[in-house]
Amino acid sequence: MTGVKFYQVGSRAVGNRLLPLAERSVQADPERRNSLNSGHRACQGCGEALAARYVVDAAVRATAGRLVAVNATGCLEVFSTPFPESSWQLPWLHSLFANAASTASGVAAALHATGREDIRVLAQGGDGGTVDIGLACLSGMFERNDDVLYVCYDNQAYMNTGVQRSGATPPTARTATSEAVGAEPGNRFGTGKDMPRIAMAHDIPYVATATVAELHDLEAKVFTAMSMHGARYLHVFSPCPLGWGSLPADSVRLARLVQRSGLFPVFEARDGTVTAAMPIRARVPVEEYLRPQRRFAHLFGADGRPDLIARLQELADRNIARYGITEEQR
Amino acid sequence: MREQLEGSQAIARTVARCRPEVVPAYPITPQTHIVEALGKMAKAGELGRCQFVTVESEFAAMSAAIGASAAGARSYTATASQGLLYMAEALFNAAGLGLPVVMTVANRAIGAPINIWNDHSDAMSQRDCGWVQLYAADNQDAVDLHPLAFALAERISVPVMVCVDGFVLTHAFEPLELPSAADIEAVLPGYEPRQVLDPDEPVTIGAMVGPEAFTEVRFLADRQLRGADPAFAELARGYGERTGRLLAAVRPPVPAAHTVVVALGSVLGTLEEVASATDGAVGVLGLVMYRPFPADAVRAALRDADHVIVLERAFSPGASAPVTADVRAALAGTQARISTVVCGLGGRPVTRAALHDLLATADRGELGEVTFLDLNDDVVGRELYRQQQAPRTGPTAANLLRDVVPAGRGSVR
Amino acid sequence: MSDHEQRNVPGLPCDPFHVRIHGRGGQGVVTAAELLGLAAFFDGFEVQAFPSFGSERMGAPVVAFCRIASEPIRVREPVTHPDAIVILDATLLHHVDVFGGLADDGFVLVNSLHSAADLGIDTVTDRVGRDHVAIVPAGELARARTGSPRPNVVALGAFGALTGTVSLDALERAVLGRFGPDRQDNLLLVRAGFDAVAAVGSA
Repeated sequence: MTGVKFYQVGSRAVGNRLLPLAERSVQADPERRNSLNSGHRACQGCGEALAARYVVDAAVRATAGRLVAVNATGCLEVFSTPFPESSWQLPWLHSLFANAASTASGVAAALHATGREDIRVLAQGGDGGTVDIGLACLSGMFERNDDVLYVCYDNQAYMNTGVQRSGATPPTARTATSEAVGAEPGNRFGTGKDMPRIAMAHDIPYVATATVAELHDLEAKVFTAMSMHGARYLHVFSPCPLGWGSLPADSVRLARLVQRSGLFPVFEARDGTVTAAMPIRARVPVEEYLRPQRRFAHLFGADGRPDLIARLQELADRNIARYGITEEQR
Repeated sequence: MREQLEGSQAIARTVARCRPEVVPAYPITPQTHIVEALGKMAKAGELGRCQFVTVESEFAAMSAAIGASAAGARSYTATASQGLLYMAEALFNAAGLGLPVVMTVANRAIGAPINIWNDHSDAMSQRDCGWVQLYAADNQDAVDLHPLAFALAERISVPVMVCVDGFVLTHAFEPLELPSAADIEAVLPGYEPRQVLDPDEPVTIGAMVGPEAFTEVRFLADRQLRGADPAFAELARGYGERTGRLLAAVRPPVPAAHTVVVALGSVLGTLEEVASATDGAVGVLGLVMYRPFPADAVRAALRDADHVIVLERAFSPGASAPVTADVRAALAGTQARISTVVCGLGGRPVTRAALHDLLATADRGELGEVTFLDLNDDVVGRELYRQQQAPRTGPTAANLLRDVVPAGRGSVR
Repeated sequence: MSDHEQRNVPGLPCDPFHVRIHGRGGQGVVTAAELLGLAAFFDGFEVQAFPSFGSERMGAPVVAFCRIASEPIRVREPVTHPDAIVILDATLLHHVDVFGGLADDGFVLVNSLHSAADLGIDTVTDRVGRDHVAIVPAGELARARTGSPRPNVVALGAFGALTGTVSLDALERAVLGRFGPDRQDNLLLVRAGFDAVAAVGSA
């Protein structure tokens, strides 16, 4: 295991040193596992790399290092294991694109069969590998209540293969297979899958959503998940500067804006029922979230589509109502 | 001690004695009796801590087996036909990762047209996936091949599929001798993985390999697979000493006949019955190991043959046939004439009468290069004629079935 | 080449002895073949029993086969020249070619309340001889004893008496082995079938 190097200094560096030790992020700890070690090939500003680093280190902490990770094919797998190097500092298995959940189920079964249930299992995949090609395997893992925490890093398209539309691509977003042309530019309304709700429909012990803007919250959800057994699902909003056409420096800001607009509700659910929803600290109209991303550029300007923006606003409003998301009064 | 058992039950009980630790299972005809039996044993607590997992597809079954094997557990599953194809990606993955998974394939035809009966098109379609392929000639073979499969897989770190003709063997009841737990223990000790997911010694399994190293990785995988031939021989010897049943990559012995028929699987029984009545004029070469292809043994067994007839239970549309191609390669440089006979597709019985006529035809020197045994020329001719008459002839299968199956006959009494 | 190898082994009218069982899904045709095979095995023979594998549906015609011999059986093909035919559902008589390939000295067992004449099978009776044909109301006998009209176990008992190929002991051992020792009603069924033929003879 290599030593941890801190790249930033300052009052808000490395999980906020102003906080008492106990409240600091796992990342603030120089003794952390550093499960996703530096040197991987992710893009500058990659939301998935940020999320995975936090998630896996938190999971390692929560399990006292007794953890095995199974990864689907995708950006995370590709940028973390360029032959002959690997960034991973824990036992890690990559099988195929569609089968992270099944493979993880198999690992969990093996650990149970061989009397090593103290070792926990974490499965990881992108949105494509989770909601599309991996959905059958994931649903099977859910319905059997296999003892696996599955984390989906959602950057809302097949990024590794060049930004193609997935079942998680939001309406109006431009991708290479949902171009910003025609009467309905970008991805169409009325399509797509709400994976957290699909997970909830299986009545599994724990479902939660999170973003890379609230990293303490993300870690806390990993800790909560790892305190339980059975099938658990965590859906993490992970901005992709390359695929979204946003600035690398904007990734955390965009995650903050998506939650504050209501477009991405952050909540927890137990056994199929929502138990908590993150309030909106300062609500923003959806435009503020959409503008910094070139994948939504066609909604603005002279040939813009205010009507489509209005429909997106409706989606945001509906989410807020559906999840009982309150606005904090300042 | 012999028992009258159904093939599937015998396989299940033998696999149980091999102490599998994770059995992911998805049903498909005609393998269902095997996984049902194992599931029942697991649920009743007869398999120790073995985890029987009812997965949602064959792809999930092989994926779970991959995860389980990588985590250090002995893994087993069974499938057939469409199920084997559905897990094709995972087959290559398991072999590429060097995981010693064992799987029974209850050989069944591949659709379309959908067909639940026996032929070898499923396993043959996956002959390049990197797995060892063993074919059972009868249910005793089917039983004996499973402990050997586990031992072989774990010794050379290559997955092994045991091919057992669907229905014909899996659903047949016959007297069988199951190896005892002690017999199995002698060839199959506890699983010692070559690589394992272990928090105390973390490893990365399944990394990407680029152009600079991929060729070497594949070359080594081929070498590893070829190691199955000597390893199987050694394991079979040990097993044979205990049970009195010696298996080999190529079934012993072939009389040094001038005409030899090569075949795999259950058709060998009927073939041997017919050949034995030819007073040594016709020999039989039964292949048990098909991948890796035992080229040396095949060449040696056929050295005196002028005419080699290969019975195929599958074929390569637009080209020739799988076993023929491998036999031809093994016999390169020799003078033997090779004939291909495609038979028993989609469960059509291969009868003694048909084989007898086939050998008579061969004897008269009238056997062509490729023959479809028992082909109904009349039905074929009518469909070809139909296709010439009008563009929209409808599904070929429907037309043929109308010609082949007579409309309801007789009156109700 | 045919199925009629000539050798008289005690208990086997010919060696190998081929049986074909016809019925409909739900009547226990496949189990009948399995049990017959098991009984013959207990009597010391080599056996091969298997169904003609179809998509099994209740009510659909089903066929199963059994080969009994003194030497290990190598061939694996459906029985096309049976030495004995069992018909568990008489409605098949004129829908399916149940008698196809029957040996001239073969045996016929039919589950029915009717006579050979009423069933329209006198030509068959004439061919193989009256003492080679038995018509037994197996379904009714089963229903009377257990409430279930499944005819297969009764038919097996009848078959044993008709052909002499398997002993009553072996049949009883087979049904107990297959269904469990606490299913003693199966012994009643086997004996009922056996007695129906042994006592009454053919139709």
